[in-house]
Amino acid sequence: MSDFKMPALGADMEAGTLVEWLVRPGDRVKSGDVVAVVETQKGAIEVEIFQQGVVSNILVPVGERVPVGTVLAQIDGARGAAPPPSIEPAIAALKPAPLRPIVAAPSSRLKITPAARRRATALSLDPTMIVKGTGVEGSIRLADVETYASGAKLAQRPAKKGLDLSQMRQAIAAAMSHSKREIPHYYLTEMVDLHAASTWIEQYNAEKSPVERILPAVLFLKAAALALREQPQLNGAYENGAFTPASDVHVGWAIALRGGGLIAPAIRDTDRKSLAELMAAMRDLVERARRGNLRSSELTSPTITVTSVGDRGAESVTGIIYPPQVAIVGFGRAVARPWVVDGRIESCPLVTVSLAADHRVTDGHVGGLYLAAVARLLQEPEKL
Amino acid sequence: MTDAEIKALILELIGEIAPEADLASARDQDDLREVFDLDSMDFANLIVAIHDRTKIAIPEVDYNKLFTLGGATAYLRDALSQLNAGDA
Repeated sequence: MSDFKMPALGADMEAGTLVEWLVRPGDRVKSGDVVAVVETQKGAIEVEIFQQGVVSNILVPVGERVPVGTVLAQIDGARGAAPPPSIEPAIAALKPAPLRPIVAAPSSRLKITPAARRRATALSLDPTMIVKGTGVEGSIRLADVETYASGAKLAQRPAKKGLDLSQMRQAIAAAMSHSKREIPHYYLTEMVDLHAASTWIEQYNAEKSPVERILPAVLFLKAAALALREQPQLNGAYENGAFTPASDVHVGWAIALRGGGLIAPAIRDTDRKSLAELMAAMRDLVERARRGNLRSSELTSPTITVTSVGDRGAESVTGIIYPPQVAIVGFGRAVARPWVVDGRIESCPLVTVSLAADHRVTDGHVGGLYLAAVARLLQEPEKL
Repeated sequence: MTDAEIKALILELIGEIAPEADLASARDQDDLREVFDLDSMDFANLIVAIHDRTKIAIPEVDYNKLFTLGGATAYLRDALSQLNAGDA
């Protein structure tokens, strides 16, 4: 038997509230299954399991807030599967709550249609409370959720909270204070000529339908990811006094939330995705981040962060490293400026690329080589 | 479509992208990106949504003509009339 614990979904997370179980005792689970929804300061996160086996006990009821590391459920016959890199809470070491089974009776796996599950989530409704669905083999349909929701029982369930921006601000403040206090940052910037990138993207988009077009930020993202292959010391985690390089590049893409707040979920294998795939991934992440529908692994797996302020942002941005990462790359707003090309002054689109990196791991020489690689890669956008 | 219907469509689509937006506050001369805090991805999604609903594939070089509500309304009015003329 093994334990399924409340994960740390970021360096700033101390505890989370269990708002929904998506499995029941007796359900078979495999690595990557979403098994619960947890409310954090960053909103509701779908939590995946990275074990394989059968759920034997559910130990934390819906509505309960528990510290990171608390055992949420027990898995029988669990076989190991590699979890994503963990991020330990940086702010406080909290003692896990004692184990106490609340549901132990085995039952069949919850059968529910995707639409019904979404509706149940929107209504803060625990679908396991619906005794029997009217769909195939008793599966729960959308109509079953609506019927149940109209009943009085709904009032007894704990409500799933919306995103609390003041809580998120506190979480950001805690993580960034920790970062500025503990990490000896160094900062570099590089002005990059975007003429080739702008021309290429203009031609690319002119041949595509609106949904297939890409944003300049996609080129920035890919160049930032590919350049890490040349300077892998910027990609990984600094924990317990040592740097561990990551074997893959999972860029955390910084997304501004409406009304305030920021979140940087991972785009996995960023360096291996095509530009079209990156655009689709970015679009999907932005939508889900703002809807409060991210997955736990997306918050725990970034190996570096990239932020792009877009066409309404400032000319340059210098980031604060999100621990335990060791670097953050920033792209400012592209601007037209006089620029010397082949000995002549021309009007040229430029972007300021910045790097904030951890001096415990690298020096400015490595950072400079990295920014030079980003600049070089953006001169050949067709190869990205 | 009348101008009022085009305007309503634009605001409806913005409402889907930015649910918290106060749609009633939009004036013809306002920059939609400023008023509703639309970033590059939001604006790209608005163009996609307009394409889905009207079949008008707005070229990227024309995006700046849709930055204001009045400009977007005029652009879509002209594009729709061209589309309808082509169908006739």
